[in-house]
Formats: sequence, structure tokens, C-alpha cells
Amino acid sequence: MARDGIARRTNRADAAMQLSRNRKRGALQGRLVHWLFFACAVMSIVTTFGIVASLLSQSLGFFREIPLWDFLFGTTWSPILRDAEGNRHYGVLPLVSGTVLVAALAAAVAVPAGLAIAIYLAEYAPDKIRRTIKPILEVLAGIPTVVYGYFALTFVTPMLQRIPLRPFQEDLLVFNALSAGLVMGLMIIPMVSSLSEDAMVAVPRSLRSAAYALGATRLEVSLRIVVPAALSGIVASFILAFSRAIGETMLVTLAAGATPRLTFNPIESIQAMTAFIVQLALGETPRGTLEYNTIFAVGLLLFAFTLGMNVLGQFLVRRFREEY
Amino acid sequence: MAKAAVTALLHPRLALRKRIGGAAYVAFVLAIFLGLAGLASLLVRVLWEGVPWLSWHFVTEYPSRFPEQAGMLSAIFGTLWIMGLTFLFTVPVGVGAAVYLEEYAPKNWLTRIIEVNISNLAGVPSIVYGLLGLAVFVQILSLGRTVLAGALTMSLLVMPIVIIASREAIRAVPSTYREASYGLGATKFQTVRDVVLPHATPGIMTGTILAMSRAIGEAAPMIAISALVFLTFVPTDPLDKFTVMPIQIFNWVSQPQAGFRGIAAAGIIILLGVLLTMNAVAIYIRNRTQKRSEE
Repeated sequence: MARDGIARRTNRADAAMQLSRNRKRGALQGRLVHWLFFACAVMSIVTTFGIVASLLSQSLGFFREIPLWDFLFGTTWSPILRDAEGNRHYGVLPLVSGTVLVAALAAAVAVPAGLAIAIYLAEYAPDKIRRTIKPILEVLAGIPTVVYGYFALTFVTPMLQRIPLRPFQEDLLVFNALSAGLVMGLMIIPMVSSLSEDAMVAVPRSLRSAAYALGATRLEVSLRIVVPAALSGIVASFILAFSRAIGETMLVTLAAGATPRLTFNPIESIQAMTAFIVQLALGETPRGTLEYNTIFAVGLLLFAFTLGMNVLGQFLVRRFREEY
Repeated sequence: MAKAAVTALLHPRLALRKRIGGAAYVAFVLAIFLGLAGLASLLVRVLWEGVPWLSWHFVTEYPSRFPEQAGMLSAIFGTLWIMGLTFLFTVPVGVGAAVYLEEYAPKNWLTRIIEVNISNLAGVPSIVYGLLGLAVFVQILSLGRTVLAGALTMSLLVMPIVIIASREAIRAVPSTYREASYGLGATKFQTVRDVVLPHATPGIMTGTILAMSRAIGEAAPMIAISALVFLTFVPTDPLDKFTVMPIQIFNWVSQPQAGFRGIAAAGIIILLGVLLTMNAVAIYIRNRTQKRSEE
């Protein structure tokens, strides 16, 4: 009887020791794994650091030769070709105007269309139609941009060229900002519509019910209750879509041309910042030359633009989330 | 009659307001048709131009100066290489980061910085990743214009997508599962490995497929890395030069001869075919798991 008790006690002690040993090993393993997962998460910060560091360090060589002021506010961009006097020009404004022109045309298409689609999907559409149309429209966002470039260059431009402009303007060129902008508008419609729709769906039902009870029509509820309540989310969708349009590369490279020009005339041929980077990257520019550094200077400007807009857009998204 | 009079008295201009509402409804539906028509005309255009150029020979031949003889073999293999390596690099690190943020991370400033940083990285233009890859992988690490440099660049580009999707999948695992696992004496790591990750796998897979389908269509960063577009060999190891399908298509679209437009369209058909298949698989996985969790 007593012996049994002792045996049981030692067994229990053994088990306890075993358990504590397991726990210790588990704790060590746990700490190791913890640090491993942490390292994975920190990779994202390393990436950002890498982007900023490589853009800054490579464009340093550029800004040593070209003053920042001349770069940001110069109105002629010809870093490869020399003019009649044998000078090159590094004023980035023509690239900026080209980029903004195409993005503005895209916004002119995508903002009204995307908002209308969002209102329809959030306020009007029966569930079944909503579930069919949403994924189809999202296919637009998944198509590679080089395909849109093909579409703009070989289909939309020839179609636009049939519209007679003669009395007022020259004929539309093969490469033009208009066609690239319109097609880019099509491309970013789902960005505007799905983010705006999310914002509208998040508006509490009670607000709508109150407006209906006061005798408002469906359109009045949509435009005067839901849209204002979801406004920061909607504006955020515009900003994020615009930023996407500014960073877009293959479409503007293929369809908008390679002639940097300070203009806001959509039927002219222009060059976007991204298209310039591709143009030089295709040429396998050797490292350390001014041309090579120029790519990074333009890239730095592009990065700063899009980062600013993304931060603003995300701030707005978060604000509207906190409201309800 | 009396009712109509009362309505008119209580709601002046109701008829007009209703008519405006009807007109707006038509405008909303038209916006949807605009989007759908744009998509339809793009697809029809590509099929119309490209189908006559599709042939077995098109996928087994190297690029050529003559459109009739050109194929995209080197581009297809380049894409396969980039996709494979990108998958290997992205999934462990992306899922690891998601596990950290959902299961381990304390609520402090560092975690917040990581979170904000990941959503900002998702919005960085792809060409900027190309410049990062050019400066760091091609030049500083002297990998050269190789498959490896391209795949590393692509991994950084799609990492935010994998992290964001994996976090959502991990968050969707009910906390009761975790508690049950702890209740049986499992450690945190055992819980993550044996309970959380298996249940989050379909969501993680969906996110990974979407990330890969983003990667397969990216031309801009790959141009910054690979530069050359005329390759008559297939890469056989990670330190070979390469080209990918979107670069090859870009190259063909920018040729002036009409024949190259045709094979560009044929290339686009193949690219879109692969993409749509990947998306269909992702949607299938999502639907199947949704059904199971409803049961």
C-alpha cells in the first residue's frame, strides 16, 4: 500500500520533470520561431529602406551635376539628344505634365463611371446582379497593362483617328495622350468602384431608413445621405486610383509616345515619367553614367508623388472606418 | 383622387423628383455597360487579331525577325523560371510576416510602422521596384541581368499582396480553435503550425495565386532588370539571362509591321489564358471553402 504510494509519487515527479523539460525546450523553440517570424515581417521595412536608399544614392550623382532647381522647374527635357548648340536639358516638367495629363484623362473617365457603378452596386442592384457584375468588372483590374497598351495603340487610337478634327486641329497622331488616358480610365474603373462601394456599404442602414421615412427618393438617399456619409472613402478611392494612373508604365510607353513636351493638349504626343525610365532601361545604360543616374532621379520623383498620394488616401480610408 | 391630391400637397414636385431618379438610374446602368463594353471590345479585338496566328509552332519556336516564323518559347520559359522562384521566395517570407503580425506582434509603435509600411509598399509603382532591383540585385550584389535578380525583384513586388491576403486568412480562423489547442497544452508554435495554418491554407493559397497572377503580367520591372528582349535560348539556371512573356509582347507591339501586331495578339491570348485559369482556380478554392465553413 505504502510502496504503491511512493511509486505513484515518483512517477508523478518524473512526469512533472518531463513536462517542465518539454516546456523549457518549447520556450526556447518558441523564442526562436518568434524571432524568425519577426524577421519576415521586418523584411518589408528593409524593402522600403532599400527603395529609398537606392533611389537617393543613385540620383545623388545626377544632382551633383544638375541643380535640383533646374531639374524640378526646367521646361525642356532632352537628356539624350543635344540641341542645336550642343546642350542637353534636364528640366523634368514636360515629363510631369505628360504624366499628369494622362492621369487626369483617366480620372475624367474613371471617376464618374466608377462612382456611378459604385452607387448602382451599393444602393440599387439586387444581390444576384451584384455578385455577377462585380467579379466581371474586377477582371479589368487583373489584365496586364501591356495588354491595355496593345488595345490603346491598335484599336482605340485608329478609332479616334476617324473623328474629323481638321478645321480646328491637326489629325490625331499615332501616339497621343488621349487614347492612353481613355484606356487607362477603363483600367482604373474597378479601383474607384470597388473602394467607393465598400465605403458606401459601410454606411449604417439607419441613416438610409431615416431619409426614406422623410419621403426621399432612392436617388436622393444615395446622393444626399450615403455619398456624403461615405465621402472620405470615396475621395480616397479617387486618390488611390490617380496614384495608380501616375505609376502606370507599359500603357503610356506603348500608346502615349516618347516626345517629352510641356503641354496639356490631349491629342499631342507626350512622354510620361515611367515611359522615360523604360526608354532608357531598354538601352542597357551602363552604371555610373549621367543617363543611368537620370533614371533614378526621375524614379525618385515618381516615388515621392505616389507615396504622398497613397499616404493621403490611406489616411482618408482609416478616418472613414473610425466614424461608424 | 383625394389621395393623389394629398400626395401632391405633401410632396411638391414628387413626379419630377421621381423622373430625375429614373434618369439617374439609366445613367448608372449605362456606366456599368461602359465598363463591360470596354472589356468585351478588348477581348474581342485580341481574339480577332490573334487567333489566326496561334499555332503549335508559335509556342515551340524562338523569336525571329519574321513574324511568320516567330515564337515565344524563350519568353514562356523565362516566365516559368521567374514564377517558380518568386513563389519559392515569396510564400515562406510572406506567410511568416503574416503569422507574426496576426499571432505574435505586440501592439506597439514598431508593429504599427510595419503595418503602415506594408500597405504603402502595395502602392509603390512597379517600375520603382524595377529600379530597386537594378540598383541592388543587378549592380550592388552583382547578380547581373539574370533570372535570379528578376525573381528577387518580383518577390519584393508581390510580397505585400501575399502578406495582406494571408493576414486576412489567419484572422478568419476562429479564436475558439486556438483556445482549444492551448487547452490541450499545445505551445504557441504548435498551435500556429497545427491549427491556425492548416485552417488558413485555402485563403493563403487564394492570395498567393492572385499575387502570382499579378507577377505574370508585370513587364515594367522586368524590363529594368533584363533590358534585352531578343533571346534565342531558354534559361537553364538562375544565373542565365532571360525574357518574359509581357516583355516579348511589348516588343512585338512596338514593331511597326502589321504581322508583329498579330503575333503580339497571339501572345496576349496565351498570357490571358494562363491568367484567367489562375483566377478561376483561386475563385474555385474560395467558393469551396466558403461552402465548407457554412455547413
